[in-house]
Amino acid sequence: MAEKDSSCEYAVRFENLSRHYDLGGQVVRALDGVTASFKKGSFWAIMGASGSGKSTMLNILGCLDRPTSGHYFLDGEDVSQLEDDALSDIRLNYLGFIFQSFNLIPQLTVAENIALPLYYKGKSDHECFSKAKEMAEIVGLSNRLGHRPSQLSGGQQQRVAIARALSTDPVVLLADEPTGNLDSATSVEIMKLLVDMNNMGKTVIMVTHEPDIADFAQHRLIMKDGKIDRIS
Amino acid sequence: MINISYSSLKRDIRLGVKNLLLHKLRSILTMLGLVFGVGSVIAMLAIGEGASEEALARIRSLGSKNIIITSKKPISEGAMMNNNIRLSVYGLFYNDSVSIQETIPTVSKVVPVKAMEKDARFNNRSAVLRVVGTSADWFSLVNRERLAGRVLNPSDIAYSKSVAVLTEKGARTLLANEGVVGEILRIGGNSYEVIGVIRHEEASDSGMQMPDRDADVYIPITTSRLHYGDIYTQNKAGSRSSELVELHQIIVEVSEEKYVERTAETIQRILDISHKKKNDYDVSVPLSLLRQAEATKRTFSIVLGAIAGISLLVGGIGIMNIMLATVTERTREIGIRRAIGAKRHQIVIQFLIETLVLSIIGGIIGVGLGLLIPYAVTTFAGMPTVVTMWNLILSLGISTATGIIFGLYPAIRAAKLDPIIALRHE
Repeated sequence: MAEKDSSCEYAVRFENLSRHYDLGGQVVRALDGVTASFKKGSFWAIMGASGSGKSTMLNILGCLDRPTSGHYFLDGEDVSQLEDDALSDIRLNYLGFIFQSFNLIPQLTVAENIALPLYYKGKSDHECFSKAKEMAEIVGLSNRLGHRPSQLSGGQQQRVAIARALSTDPVVLLADEPTGNLDSATSVEIMKLLVDMNNMGKTVIMVTHEPDIADFAQHRLIMKDGKIDRIS
Repeated sequence: MINISYSSLKRDIRLGVKNLLLHKLRSILTMLGLVFGVGSVIAMLAIGEGASEEALARIRSLGSKNIIITSKKPISEGAMMNNNIRLSVYGLFYNDSVSIQETIPTVSKVVPVKAMEKDARFNNRSAVLRVVGTSADWFSLVNRERLAGRVLNPSDIAYSKSVAVLTEKGARTLLANEGVVGEILRIGGNSYEVIGVIRHEEASDSGMQMPDRDADVYIPITTSRLHYGDIYTQNKAGSRSSELVELHQIIVEVSEEKYVERTAETIQRILDISHKKKNDYDVSVPLSLLRQAEATKRTFSIVLGAIAGISLLVGGIGIMNIMLATVTERTREIGIRRAIGAKRHQIVIQFLIETLVLSIIGGIIGVGLGLLIPYAVTTFAGMPTVVTMWNLILSLGISTATGIIFGLYPAIRAAKLDPIIALRHE
């Protein structure tokens, strides 16, 4: 289905990636010829003002959107023009999402939320539960498995979300303002958890507009008007 | 590729039930539409089936190989006025039964029936009895259960014997029991020996009746003619009216069912000639009535079913409405699931299972209601109802199909949501 890239040291590679929106005849260039690569095991913070194209980049990174032109290699595979079902498979097997508003499913328990991707992978109830238990232990919530998201604090909910994102052992962990809804003390805890995950070898790409949160990352990519402004 | 394993299906069902239980009142109200839809389909069909089944059974009891010819008073009767005595002459003749028997080869039996009301005495009890003069073939034609003694035989007829067969009803009127056989019964001044007691057909209030309805006692037709003649006089409203009717009914049995209709036409032609088109008799063919009744029954069932089907449709629209609301309400959940990696068809299945759980549970409760309504109708209104297995399966199937059809659109709409937009939904 996808063309194999020769070198696989990059988790993500963009080649002249563009995303244009047609808004009633007026073309908006949300991403305009972006070329970048993210090494495996790195921790990136994507920054930029609103409208700079960082959200569009994250959507494409997350395989929720397709680029208008250019190529996106995920773990060496070109995923830029895959069909919907194939993109779902990529999201399921290669990516883990962490959102600003946690996005847990309220009617499911902590364990069920963590194991949700495994369920879509067709794992048995037993496998799902034991993996959920293992992941909950890693994020420090093993005593909350039967709780509902509404019974947890914001920080705890975000931990559940991280556990869910990691449950399928993805290539890339994508975080969209992961601390945006948290107080500063909890934010630091969550960031430390993400750093821990990165230290364990996970590639983390995070969108944020807070410089002190971005400080937790090794690299910064600053977007401006659909183009890369600066990499540091 | 759609791949649904048993365990994931089980999980989907569990999740569906859980989601439905989250909004108990809403789920119950949604289900009610289907409950009443299915219930009314079953009840309507049961009542329709029952009503026509009763009519069919009644016609069938007349015998599908029989043709029943009944005397009737013509509208413009040829009356002779004499000293305030009105004498009407009409109806079937003895000769009619003979000519039918002798000219039509497909006829196997011809049974003449003469009915009259006579004063009767038994022991010290007197009563007015309905007396039927007939031949021995009558008893093989109606085939009623014999309770005691014997019925009329050809020699009773041939020798005009004074013998009588009581019906159960007649015996009851005379306060006699089965031990009455061998005793003497006086009818209109003549003595008869009671030779047997038979069961009779229960009277019912429908149009078609077996000729033995209300009969109290049977005597040989020859004896009846000998004793009472053919003129029957009635006093009413100050004047006396007399009728000369030789036979009240002729029942013709045809050798095979396929000849029934043609034989009836021939009988009609023969009688038209002998009665000079006086129109003082009716030829009724239970077989054609049966066919008509069956056709009516089909139409009736279709109409009732269609009316009830509309309530199912309304139930289905209710389901669709709620599921569309649910999809909107759970847009974010759909976005989350899609972002995590759920494929479109998995979302479709998730929502479809919810509607299916609703419609199947609703359908099952509806079947219960559908069984209860006909039961209540039969118990309290005395109307016969017939619930057939096929109708139950049909309505349950329709309710499930309703769930699928009306659940599919909301489910597909859910699956088509753009995950980016769905995730942003508040």
